[in-house]
Amino acid sequence: MKPLALLATLITGALLLYGTADFAAWGDPQSPPNSNISVRFVEEAVKETHVPNIVTAVLGDYRGYDTMFELVVIYSAGMAVMGILRRREEL
Amino acid sequence: MKITLQEAREQIPQRDIILETTARLMVPFIQLYGLYVIVHGHYSPGGGFQGGVVLGASVILLALALGLPASKEYLTEGTDIIMANVGALIFTGIAVLCALLGGMFLDYSALTKILPIDPISWRSHGIFLVEVGVGMGVMTIMVSIYWDMASAGRLDEGL
Repeated sequence: MKPLALLATLITGALLLYGTADFAAWGDPQSPPNSNISVRFVEEAVKETHVPNIVTAVLGDYRGYDTMFELVVIYSAGMAVMGILRRREEL
Repeated sequence: MKITLQEAREQIPQRDIILETTARLMVPFIQLYGLYVIVHGHYSPGGGFQGGVVLGASVILLALALGLPASKEYLTEGTDIIMANVGALIFTGIAVLCALLGGMFLDYSALTKILPIDPISWRSHGIFLVEVGVGMGVMTIMVSIYWDMASAGRLDEGL
């Protein structure tokens, strides 16, 4: 089983590394993420949400799904740890 | 391993007045700062996750300095679990409420139907309400994970 797991890990890692070749260059102002969505956030976020901190506006409003499932992940982690570890003396 | 731990416990004095008093005095200030980080997330770095971790750290400090049972008197097990669930429910509940009121899922401007103010202002207030839920959830889950890890799930005595 272990060689199989190692093989799967190596193949997945190689695929992910291969995928990074298509990323936009670091800090390139002409790349799609920097020329479309970022500009819109910087220009419109305060007008659209009245939140001076753009990070909070993006996190809580534009990318609310991301933040919601971050909380769900933390919640599930806590419940999983509770379910695995917690013991009751009386039972 | 277990014997050496027990021996170590016997050698360490169980109570220390300086440590306990310092921890007790620090807790309210840490919690005030945690609330500040949550509430001021609209204007400065911070928000629910960071503030929640600071709030959770105050209870973990109590558990480290006064012992795990003392921190369980401060924040009981039941309250901890209820607050974790309520925190997650606040976020998802507001999201679903927005959808039920005719907006998109997580579109806070739909909440104008509850309290008629400017929809843009509702987006700001909606973010705040959601951050409160995140803060509650993160704080209680941090404390709960620490309790379980430190006492191997028995919640009787910590590290």
